[in-house]
Amino acid sequence: MKILVCISKTPDTTAKIEFTDNGTKFNEAGVQFIVNPYDEWYALVRALELKEAGKASHVSLITVAGADADPIIRKALAIGGDDAIRVNLNSSDPYSVASQIAKAAADGNYDLVLTGKETIDYNGSSIGGMVAELLNRPYVSLATALDAEGGKLSVNREIEGGEEAGELSIPAVISCQKGMAEQRIPNMKGIMGARTKPLQVIEPESSTPLTEIVRFEMPPAKAGVKLVSADDPAELVRLLHQEAKVI
Amino acid sequence: MILVFADQSEGQIKKQSLEAMSYGAATAAQMGTTAEAVVLGTADAAALAVLGNYGAAKVHHVPAASYDNFDASAYTNALANLAKELGATVIVLSQTTSGKAIGPRLSARLKAGLVAGAVALPDTTNGFVVKKSVFSGKAFAHVKVNTDIKIVSLNPNAYGKIPADGAATVAIHDIPFAGSGITVKSVNKVKGTVPLSEAELVVSGGRGLKGPENWHLIENLAEAIGAATACSRPVADAHWRPHHEHVGQTGGAIAPNLYIAVGISGAIQHLAGVNRSKTIVVINKDAEAPFFKAADYGIVGDAFEVLPKLTDAIKQMKAGA
Ligand SMILES: Cc1cc2nc3c(=O)[nH]c(=O)nc-3n(C[C@H](O)[C@H](O)[C@H](O)COP(=O)(O)OP(=O)(O)OC[C@H]3O[C@@H](n4cnc5c(N)ncnc54)[C@H](O)[C@@H]3O)c2cc1C
Ligand SMILES: Nc1ncnc2c1ncn2[C@@H]1O[C@H](COP(=O)(O)O)[C@@H](O)[C@H]1O
Repeated sequence: MKILVCISKTPDTTAKIEFTDNGTKFNEAGVQFIVNPYDEWYALVRALELKEAGKASHVSLITVAGADADPIIRKALAIGGDDAIRVNLNSSDPYSVASQIAKAAADGNYDLVLTGKETIDYNGSSIGGMVAELLNRPYVSLATALDAEGGKLSVNREIEGGEEAGELSIPAVISCQKGMAEQRIPNMKGIMGARTKPLQVIEPESSTPLTEIVRFEMPPAKAGVKLVSADDPAELVRLLHQEAKVI
Repeated sequence: MILVFADQSEGQIKKQSLEAMSYGAATAAQMGTTAEAVVLGTADAAALAVLGNYGAAKVHHVPAASYDNFDASAYTNALANLAKELGATVIVLSQTTSGKAIGPRLSARLKAGLVAGAVALPDTTNGFVVKKSVFSGKAFAHVKVNTDIKIVSLNPNAYGKIPADGAATVAIHDIPFAGSGITVKSVNKVKGTVPLSEAELVVSGGRGLKGPENWHLIENLAEAIGAATACSRPVADAHWRPHHEHVGQTGGAIAPNLYIAVGISGAIQHLAGVNRSKTIVVINKDAEAPFFKAADYGIVGDAFEVLPKLTDAIKQMKAGA
């Protein structure tokens, strides 16, 4: 079983969010970029575990991004994976990104495509489902557990207010979240090895974006906290009832 | 025409779908058209009629029991067929676990642009532009959809349930179930409590509570106001609370009307999951805790003293009301 893990580059969770050029561009100045946590902690690590258990033969990583994502894909390779593909396209349109991943997955005969639950910048939770549809494969969204046995996959996934356990056959697309694996810290050997692992850069297929971001906006600043004395919780209750009208 | 996917659970239309229905009706009014709903699987006339009360002019019902179990492929297929047959220009769903599974598939199937996580009505003055939440609630993006059919997946609790006095007619459809070959082995739902993602009121505890033995303080307050309970990540990691209660960057993202955070410092990764809450109350013994900067109301004090008093004050208010 060959696995393709989708890796995206996102600003660090503590990055200051600011926009320039009249709110049309994310200000990258001073921002540290990381491997999107869901891709790294869950999708990638679970793929590696499946390979270590002899249930997968090959783990490749893919990112759809410009050359500035190379350090990120190397970071992911330091955790593990046999090789990586970067499709040279910078796009915030999920369909354009998904089309590139679907093409690479079909060309490389990958049996299983794993994505993270969502990117922490655009929060679409969209790429996996689109890739599944483009490949005409089953899609398990928001999976919390995944195992494989001779072409059969067993998965748990989040549903409204609980969990569902299911079974399916490869090929498939699965989006991964918490529960699937434990975070791994890359060791020195991994970091050194990552430098020489194959990273293939391919040019994108032409695709027409279905959507575009026209501008960004910051939420209005909070008015500031209204403090209530610890000796008078009744006053808080009054405020919540009469002013905020939430209880 | 605007088509709204109305998700049902055990024959009842979900609250988020009524929000999506209200959103669809308002969008339709803005665009000079009508909003119609799609219901898949077993549901009785009373359940379908509810959609009329939230603005549906018509309800398209696919009653086949095969749809009673959720299947992303089959649901996508049914919605895509109806959208084409009925000539829908906008499809509205809600960004729930089901919406996240269907929306992207539908987008790729129909080559229709998707805005996932919408928080406001579309701006239709110049094209079709929808505001959505990005950067884990820290900002918004205005996304323009350039395709003939537009798909909007609405964030839960971002748009109200708005009653309308309408009565929907029902049209029955027969669409073969095109499943994806996933066999469901078991379903495990937390019984009796409101799922965290649907809760309007949430009381949440952090490491400041010291240990699981003190959680009755959180539970008592939650019970007094009828809230669901949540927690910070270290609390779930230490198994003081079940993992599904963990909110934040790596846990669930919620947007209740009221979020009461007790003994939680307010780390940016925690805020990422709760900063869309309408009203935030922070109870922390450290006046410098970062959470106060994101709060609407706060009490600087010891949770062990404040919580029992606050719970009593709520009970008194409720008894008086
Ligand atoms: C990539 C990444 C992702 C993360 N994702 C998440 C996430 O999804 N969710 C999440 O929650 N965290 C997440 N974290 C962890 C986060 O950074 C914080 O470490 C965590 O939120 C802290 O939890 P806490 O506030 O409960 O504990 P602490 O930071 O230990 O804070 C405890 C608070 O309780 C107060 N306190 C102590 N005693 C009392 C008392 N008697 N009465 C009242 N107040 C008291 C203290 O003043 C303090 O403010 C993530 C971290 C990283 C790096
Ligand atoms: N540009 C990209 N390149 C590769 N994978 C991506 C890219 N964007 C998103 N993904 C994958 O798709 C998942 C969901 O992303 P999103 O739909 O943006 O929330 C992420 O967790 C990644 O695994």
